[in-house]
Amino acid sequence: MSAAQSGAKPYYFVPQPSHWPITGSAALLFLGLGAAFWVNGMDAGPWLVGLGFCILLVMLFGWFGTVIGESEGRLYSRRVDRSFRWGMSWFIFSEVMFFAAFFGALFYVRNLSVPDLGSLNSKLLWPDYTAGWPTVGPYLKETFTPMGAMGIPLLNTIILLTSGFTLTVAHHGLTSGHRGQLKIWLLLTILLGATFLGFQAYEYTHAYSELNLKLSSGVYGSTFFMLTGFHGAHVTIGAIMLTVMLGRTVKGHFTPDHHFAFEAAAWYWHFVDVVWLLLFVLVYWLV
Amino acid sequence: MSSIPHDHATGHAEEPPHAHDDHAHGPHGGIMRWVTTTNHKDIGTLYLCFSLIMFFVGGIMALTIRAELFEPGLQIVHPEFFNSMTTLHGLIMIFGAIMPAAVGFANWMIPMLIGAPDMAFARMNNWSFWLLPPAVILLGVSFFVPGGAAAGGWTLYPPLSTQAGMGMDLTIFAIHIMGASSIMGSINIITTILNLRAPGMTLMKMPLFCWTWLITAYLLVAVMPVLAGAVTMLLTDRHFGTTFFNAAGGGDPVLFQHVFWFFGHPEVYILILPAFGIISSIIPTFARKPLFGYASMVYAVAGIAILSFIVWAHHMFTVGMPAAGLLFFMYATMLIAVPTGVKVFNWLATMWKGEMTFEAPMLFAIGFLFLFTLGGFTGLVLAITPVDIQLQDTYYVVAHFHYVMVAGSLFAFFGGTYYWIPKWTGTMYDERLGKLHFWGSMIFFNITFFPMHFLGLAGMPRRIPDYAQQFADWNMVASIGALGFGLSQLIFLYAVIKCIRGDGAKAPAKPWDGGDTLEWTLPSPPPYHTFETPPVIR
Repeated sequence: MSAAQSGAKPYYFVPQPSHWPITGSAALLFLGLGAAFWVNGMDAGPWLVGLGFCILLVMLFGWFGTVIGESEGRLYSRRVDRSFRWGMSWFIFSEVMFFAAFFGALFYVRNLSVPDLGSLNSKLLWPDYTAGWPTVGPYLKETFTPMGAMGIPLLNTIILLTSGFTLTVAHHGLTSGHRGQLKIWLLLTILLGATFLGFQAYEYTHAYSELNLKLSSGVYGSTFFMLTGFHGAHVTIGAIMLTVMLGRTVKGHFTPDHHFAFEAAAWYWHFVDVVWLLLFVLVYWLV
Repeated sequence: MSSIPHDHATGHAEEPPHAHDDHAHGPHGGIMRWVTTTNHKDIGTLYLCFSLIMFFVGGIMALTIRAELFEPGLQIVHPEFFNSMTTLHGLIMIFGAIMPAAVGFANWMIPMLIGAPDMAFARMNNWSFWLLPPAVILLGVSFFVPGGAAAGGWTLYPPLSTQAGMGMDLTIFAIHIMGASSIMGSINIITTILNLRAPGMTLMKMPLFCWTWLITAYLLVAVMPVLAGAVTMLLTDRHFGTTFFNAAGGGDPVLFQHVFWFFGHPEVYILILPAFGIISSIIPTFARKPLFGYASMVYAVAGIAILSFIVWAHHMFTVGMPAAGLLFFMYATMLIAVPTGVKVFNWLATMWKGEMTFEAPMLFAIGFLFLFTLGGFTGLVLAITPVDIQLQDTYYVVAHFHYVMVAGSLFAFFGGTYYWIPKWTGTMYDERLGKLHFWGSMIFFNITFFPMHFLGLAGMPRRIPDYAQQFADWNMVASIGALGFGLSQLIFLYAVIKCIRGDGAKAPAKPWDGGDTLEWTLPSPPPYHTFETPPVIR
C-alpha cells in the first residue's frame, strides 16, 4: 500500500483488456478439432493442427511478451510477485497430479491387473499366460527386450541431476550479481537438458529398431512410453523456458532481487528432475 | 446492466500507471468488452450467462430423455441418440452448467468478499472463461460426425469408449480444454484468496463462501489433471495401440474406473462445496444471526475434501474387489456423513430462534436443506455395499444424485442468484416471480425425481431407452414432473432478464437487513473497479 501512495507502483496491477486469451482459445479450438480429425484419418486434420499450433505460438509470444514488458516496466508490486509464486507452485502441483495418474496406472497394472491375468481366476480365458513383468499381456504374441536401467537411463539420471546443480550455480550467480556466471551455467544447464533429450531420442530409436519395444508392446510398452514420453515433453518445455531465461539474461533482464521468471523456470526444472528420479527407479530399475 | 459507472469505490488519489492510457478507465465498447475483458465482474457475468445457456441446453437433453421414457417402447429417438442424450446431458450439466455457475459466483463475489481489487491473474481469468466455448463447440460438432456424439455415459467407461466413433475423440479433447480452464480458474481463485485478502481479513474471518471455494479449487487442481491423464490413456488406447484398458495387453478396463473415480468423487464435492458456501451466506442473513459454528463449518468442509480422496471405489462395488476393499470404501464413505451432518446441524442451529423471513433466497436455502439432506441419506443407503450391489446402475442412483446435484447445487445457485442479483444489476428481482419459481421447482422436482427411488428399488436400469410395463406409471409421472420443472425454469430466466434490463425496484446498497459481509458496503451495482486500495477489516 505504501508503494501505491508513493506513486511508484499500483497496490496490485490489474492488466488492461487483452486479446491474447481469445487468441489462445482459437488456437485450442483448431488444435482440438484438428487432432480429432487427424487421429481419424481425415485430410483436414494435420492442417488444422498446424494452424492451431501457429496461432498458439503467436499467442505465447504475444502474451509472454506483454508480461515481460510489464515486469521490466516495474508494474508488478511485491504482492503481484507473491501471486506468481503461489500460481507457479499450484501449477506444478497440478503437473504432479497429472504424472500421478500415470504412475498410478503403472502401479495398478504391475500389482493388480497383470498378476490377476496370470492367476487361477483367468486360467479359463488365458490358460498359457504366466504373469510377470515386463509383459505384453496374455493375447499379444510379440516379444521384446525391456529397456535396461544401467546404460543410457543411468547416464541420463546423472545428466539431469548435474543440470539441477548447474542451474543452482547459475541462480547464485544471479542473486550475487555475477552475470557472467549466470550466463555460462545457465547455458550449461540448457546443454545438459538438450543432451538428455538427445539420449532419450536415441533410446527410443534403439527400442523400436533393435529391442522391438513399441508403444503397442502391451502394458509395459504403454506405461514405459507414456511415462517417459510425457516426461521428455516436460523436459523440452523446461528447456524452452530456460532458453527464454538465457535470452532475457543476455538482453539485460533480471536483477538480484527481481527475477521470479527465472526462479519459476528453475522450480519447473527441479520438478521434472524429481519426476525423472521416480521414473528411473519405478520404470527402468525395478523390473 | 445498461451502464457501468466508472468512478472508483475507494477514493485513492493517484491512478495506477497503465500501459494504454486511452483505455485506462473502463472497458472496451460492444462485444469486444466481453471478449477481451480482464474484469472479475464482467468475467463472472460471462460465466453465469454461459452456464444459464448450458443449463437450458442440458435441460432440453433431459426433456428428450424424459419424453422418450414417457411410455414404454421406442417412440421418439433412436436408442443410439438416446444414449448420446444421457451422456451429453451429464457432461453439459456438470462441466457446462454447474461448474461454470460456481466459478461465476466465485468471480463476482470472492474479490468483493475479501476486499481484493480483482482476481490475482486477471488476464488468465479471461482465458479460463473463453476456453469453455471452444470445448462446447467440440461437443456440439461431435453430434455431426460419423457415429454421432459420445454415447457411453458421462463416465466414458471402456471398452464402450475405446470402441466408439470419432465423437469420443472430440469429447476427449473437449474434456482436455475444460480441464485446462478449470485448473487455471482454480489456481486463480486459490491465489486470490491466499494473497489478496484485505488487511485484517484473516483466513478465519473470511466469509464461508471463500473457504468452500478455496477448498473446491484445491480439489480441482488435484483431480482435474488425473481426469486429463485418464482420457489421454483412452485416446492412446483408441488410436496409438496402448493397452491400458485392454486385458489382451495386460491392462484392465477397471483401471479406467479407478482413475476416473479418483477424479470423479472429488468432482462431486467440487460441484456441491460452493453451494454449501452460498447456503452459508444466505441462511445467516435471513435468520438475522451469525452463522452457528463457523470454525466447525470450515473444518467440516476440509474434512469432506480430505475424505473425498479415499472413497472413490464406492462407485465400483459391482466390478469385483477384495472384501477388504469393499469394507474400507463402505466405511470411508459413511464417514463423510459426519462432517456433512455437522454442516446440516449448524445451518439448522443458525436458524434456531432467528428472526426469519422467507424471501426467495431463503426459500431456496431451506429447500436445499430438506432435499440435499434427503439426497445425502440415499447416498448413505448406496454406501452400504450389499445394498449398492442391488441398486448399482438403477434409477435409485439417478434419484440420489439428482437430489444432491439439482436440489443441492442448482437450488443453492438459484438462491445465490436471487441473493446477489440486486448487487450485480442494481435492480431488485421480482419477489413474486422468485417465489413462484421456487414453488414450481420444489414441487415439480419432487414429482420428477421422487418416483425414481421407487423405480430403482423395483429394478429399473438407468441409461436404457425402453423399459418393462411395470415401470410405466411412475415413468409417466416423472416425465410430467420434468416438463413442469423445465417450464418453471422459464420463470427464472424471465426474472433474471427483468433484473438485467433494470425492470424493477432500484436495489439499495444493502437490500437484506442481515447481510454483514463486505459486498453490502458497496453501492448496487458496484463500480467497475472496487477495492483498488484495500479496505481495512477490524
